[in-house]
Amino acid sequence: MELALSPEDADFRDEVRSFIKDNYPAEMRVPNPETDLSKEQMLLWHRILHKKGWIAPLWPKEHGGPGWSITRRFIFEQETTRAGTMPPLAFSVTMVGPVIYTFGNEAQKAKFLPRILSGEDWWCQGYSEPGSGSDLATVRTKAVRDGDHYIVNGHKTWTTLAQHADWIFCLVRTDPAAKPQSGISFLLIDMKSPGVTVRPIITIDGSHEVNDVFLENVRVPAENLIGEENKGWTYAKFLLGNERTSMAGIGRSTRYIERLKKIVKAEIAEDDPAHLEFIRDIARVELDVLALEATELRVVAQMARGIDPGPAASLFKIRGTEIFQNITELTHRAIGNYGLAIREHPVSANRFMPGPDYGHTASEKYLNARKLSIYGGSNEIQRNIIAKAVLGL
Amino acid sequence: MDIQFTEEQELLRSSVQRLLRDQYDFDARRKIVASEEGFGRKQWAEFAELGLLAAPFAEDVGGLGGGPLSTMIIMQEFGRHLVVEPFVETVVVAGGLIEQAGSEEQKQGFIADIVAGTKLWALAWTEKGSRFDLATVTTTAKRDGEDYLLSGDKTAVLAAPWADYLIVSARTSGHRHDRGGVSLFVVDRRAANLDLQSFKTIDGRRAAEIGLRGVRGQLLGREGEGVAALEACRDRAIGALCAETVGAIGELNAATLDYSKTRKQFGTTIGSFQVLQHRMVDMFIAHQEALSLMQHLSLSLSSNDAGVSRLASGAKSKIGYSGKFVADQAVQLHGGMGMTDELNVGHYFKRISSINIQFGDPAYHVLRYAQLDAAA
Repeated sequence: MELALSPEDADFRDEVRSFIKDNYPAEMRVPNPETDLSKEQMLLWHRILHKKGWIAPLWPKEHGGPGWSITRRFIFEQETTRAGTMPPLAFSVTMVGPVIYTFGNEAQKAKFLPRILSGEDWWCQGYSEPGSGSDLATVRTKAVRDGDHYIVNGHKTWTTLAQHADWIFCLVRTDPAAKPQSGISFLLIDMKSPGVTVRPIITIDGSHEVNDVFLENVRVPAENLIGEENKGWTYAKFLLGNERTSMAGIGRSTRYIERLKKIVKAEIAEDDPAHLEFIRDIARVELDVLALEATELRVVAQMARGIDPGPAASLFKIRGTEIFQNITELTHRAIGNYGLAIREHPVSANRFMPGPDYGHTASEKYLNARKLSIYGGSNEIQRNIIAKAVLGL
Repeated sequence: MDIQFTEEQELLRSSVQRLLRDQYDFDARRKIVASEEGFGRKQWAEFAELGLLAAPFAEDVGGLGGGPLSTMIIMQEFGRHLVVEPFVETVVVAGGLIEQAGSEEQKQGFIADIVAGTKLWALAWTEKGSRFDLATVTTTAKRDGEDYLLSGDKTAVLAAPWADYLIVSARTSGHRHDRGGVSLFVVDRRAANLDLQSFKTIDGRRAAEIGLRGVRGQLLGREGEGVAALEACRDRAIGALCAETVGAIGELNAATLDYSKTRKQFGTTIGSFQVLQHRMVDMFIAHQEALSLMQHLSLSLSSNDAGVSRLASGAKSKIGYSGKFVADQAVQLHGGMGMTDELNVGHYFKRISSINIQFGDPAYHVLRYAQLDAAA
């Protein structure tokens, strides 16, 4: 499905398409980019996009964004995901960047924004804590003012790719007496500070994406506070809104469906009754994608006319993750007995994996995708948001 | 229809429970899985000592005569503890095939070693493209004196890296999908011309791709009648795997319920949210249904009812879907914790996912259930 594009926008789409084709690094085309690439490899595409001026579609021109319309931003998102490029690190570009240019002071903008754009700084997100998952407002990591510094103590968890990070943006409690939402501040912490420890969390697919981050008497310069003390909740909510918009994942789902079709064709004989069943299941999930894509296009068109989409992001998150989970399940089923095998992490070409190449990541993807309905605000929480904000319940 | 267990059966259950409680908690299991071999020889010896490896066999071949009900009792407990040792592969599948189809000499020799815990077995039936069809066999067996020489490739053979012997399905006549013409052979896993490439499975076990290039094998059962033997074997394996799933479901439900009563968000336990209460009620119902169907199947296997094979497929499908539902929800309700390697919940999830592939997935078996009805 395509937006009805003006000739100029259509030219833009073609330009993006051929830029990807000519410039996306072959080195990044590995079986599972999310787990198999080194930090340096992940940054290759980031640097290419930066050089082109396309690294931060969301950002206003004055801060280094390309100054695109909503439609162009959408076209770019569509083309890059359809082509299976690895998106630049969201924590840097999509999350903390907009918080800094929206709520930060001039010194912070000058210091951090260029380094985010260039890929020099890698950011991770210090939101969740062991006792604060869905209920983020109860964060307990404490920041106590001590002259020109804050002394930070606490435990952050599920911190994605913290093992590579130079900086972490944290929600910290600065006023323990206030109501939960009112005593939170938004603090930027250098990961090299004494007292910061990263401990890997291995997930059920065997990979190392997330971490615990322990903060013990970490001295953070007060100049790293974003906006006002105790107003951090406002900035956090602003950021979460950005996190959820990209979760429809149409491009990714479309690519995985194409792959699934090839696997079914190769693995299941046409006279096997399972073949028809897969054809039907695939068609159903294709229709799910089509309906979600149509919804996304409708929302984009509304946004282009200046209409606030409301909690559409919650809808995209729920359906986008359910659809992708379904696709990974079907793929895992399609490879039959080979679904028993799983690659060992860290991945090495020396370890034997049975069956055809296209099946080698099916098990780990299936297992890893279980997280989608949990993270970024669980799907139960997203349903609560829609119930409250849309249905008025 | 609730089974009134005999004193002997209750004794079996409590002795398995005691052994696993003392020696097979989650940390002990983690060490076993991480060990060089990936399973516990010491645990296997304990199973033998306790008579578990003899339990289902008939007394005249050296067993305790417990049949499918003893298998059910053992496997339910094994499911609760995520036991990785190849009880299904060695005792239920290979032992069952030997007892059912073997010559007197094969029964006396092989089963004695299984019962003693000195030999491990695996069944090599799957091939590339066979998916879940027992009759799709391209591996061939050519007569050579008293024995046969086997050639072909078998895929994803569970427990093969641990096994001393393999039972291999191979074609002695007919074409690729023919029901007739498939025979079973006992092969020494360390035999000449047998190539084995081992890999790890999603549920922390070992499996292998096996290449046979003229490997010597001895016939097990009648030539050309291997598929029928494999079908009966699969029915018994399904009985065991369904019981294991039920054990895992029970543990997942208990863990989830417990977590929902202690985990607090928004100033209250998450178990107080109605949406999660209803979810857990559905998980409870899934457990009850699965438990009932498991017992029904085990009783039918014990009395070898007509139609037991159809029931086995029905149970494999229904209990498989139930297990999948409960496992999905248990991970979801545990939140991020459910995704970690550290917590047992994800490991039950993976075990159930693996069971749902072995001997055919739930979609395969619901169709077989329907087709056997149409054929009747």
